[in-house]
Amino acid sequence: MQKSLIPLLEDAQEIAGLRRNQLQDNIVASIYSTAEQIAGEVVSHTSPKRQDLDRQIDNILTSPIWGFPIMFGVLAVVFWVTIVGANIPSNLLATGLFWIEERLTDLFMALNAPGWLHGFLVLGVYRSLAWVVSVMLPPMAIFFPLFTLLEDLGYLPRVAFNLDRFFKKAGAHGKQALTMSMGFGCNAAGIIACRIIESPRERLIATLTNNFVPCNGRFPTLIALVSIFIAGSVSLSLSSFIATLTVAGLVVFGITVTLAISWLLSITILRGELSSFALELPPYRRPLLGQVLVRSVLDRTIFVLSRAVVIAAPAGGLIWILANTTVDGASLLSTLAGWLDTPAKFMGLDGFILLAFILGLPANEIVLPILLMSYVCGGAMTELASLADLRHLLVEQHGWTWLTALCTMIFSLCHWPCGTTLLTIQREQRSRRWTLLAALIPTAVGVVVCVFINNLVRLLDLV
Amino acid sequence: MSATTTLNCLSNGSFALVKEVVAEGLTRRRLLDLGLVPGTKVEVIRRSPAGDPIAFNIRGAVIALRRDVAGQVLVSPWK
Repeated sequence: MQKSLIPLLEDAQEIAGLRRNQLQDNIVASIYSTAEQIAGEVVSHTSPKRQDLDRQIDNILTSPIWGFPIMFGVLAVVFWVTIVGANIPSNLLATGLFWIEERLTDLFMALNAPGWLHGFLVLGVYRSLAWVVSVMLPPMAIFFPLFTLLEDLGYLPRVAFNLDRFFKKAGAHGKQALTMSMGFGCNAAGIIACRIIESPRERLIATLTNNFVPCNGRFPTLIALVSIFIAGSVSLSLSSFIATLTVAGLVVFGITVTLAISWLLSITILRGELSSFALELPPYRRPLLGQVLVRSVLDRTIFVLSRAVVIAAPAGGLIWILANTTVDGASLLSTLAGWLDTPAKFMGLDGFILLAFILGLPANEIVLPILLMSYVCGGAMTELASLADLRHLLVEQHGWTWLTALCTMIFSLCHWPCGTTLLTIQREQRSRRWTLLAALIPTAVGVVVCVFINNLVRLLDLV
Repeated sequence: MSATTTLNCLSNGSFALVKEVVAEGLTRRRLLDLGLVPGTKVEVIRRSPAGDPIAFNIRGAVIALRRDVAGQVLVSPWK
């Protein structure tokens, strides 16, 4: 009796299964016909000109010939404006803030404050704050509004449209181009943005590779290093041009690494089917300049800067203590850096640089300030008001070459994500394993690339 | 009834009427949710500089679909 029922049940399920699909289709179809009917009654199109204009813009921005050159051109212009524009206010800020440092020193002298208190508060906490503000603020205040402008115009989905083929080849989702764009602002935000990717596999790929896009915490580091090294070595008219090309080149390198690692992941530990992909290309909008300014300055610049300041203040104090606590005649800072020196040298860096990256784990914004602090704490140099002074500090006193700068920039692009980003990955994925992998993958890439470039350049005797 | 083809085979600038979505599961849901129900008129707008994805005008919205996904929508060319 039971046996004879089984085939009947199977038949019944099969029929019901077909019906279920049919039911779904009918529901969607009737929703659309009702919507069409309502829209027909209440929506009126006055002119098709709007849509035509959008198409004409798209004809240019996504054209087979101009699409890619325009994309890189826009990227380059944004960097160029940032680099050129940030230079002067950065110097002014540095001069002003170090003038205040001297007055603070005078004040501490006048009050007969103990030397360690002055050292900790003024040379440690205040100075690192001054660094963070003068190095970070001007590029952020220029870069963020420009980027928000692009966002508001509706250009970013076009970038995703242009690049999707490459993401498809890499086994990744087209929307990864959008999460990467968010990563330019902040990698933690980029990780959260990965929620827009429905398939867990492709979301994970986007999450694990988001860090290869330099966030604004690392941009100023890149821009400052480029400016320091290019500004002094070639004529002024050329310098901003070459600096722009270098930064744009680094970003393109980061995108290439993203695609390569995405591809590697999708053929190894994250194998699977490509999920469906639908990307809307929304109409272009005239950006509201006031809103752009408010949003980019208040929401982003102030937010990122205050985060950097909150972390930089204690870090600055800590560095000063490390630099001024001596055990067996050597400061703790130089002992620590000494331990790291051999592996760091192999990667084209030095112990202090690697130490700065490690101490900068809470926030990438403070890596360069920490590095400068630890260089300055050891030596006699006090005046660091201009980029030329910085160049002198790095090149003359600590033996930097263009190779050191290049390796530092590459390691900045490819190393563990900052603490906030790691916490965000843990929260989004709820897995220690993926969080650990998110830190290991970029670090491994950074180490390999730095070791390779350093040894290749030395082998070829280019330095 | 004119010949049946798939959405990815149409050239830029042409129009078609949706006959049926043959995808299954999530992809089917998403395509239907975009409004690709039988009888809908779709315009092929452009292809990405790299050839894929393809942008369509679906009910007034510009939507880009990858070639393999668009290949799961059966259409009959219009006009």
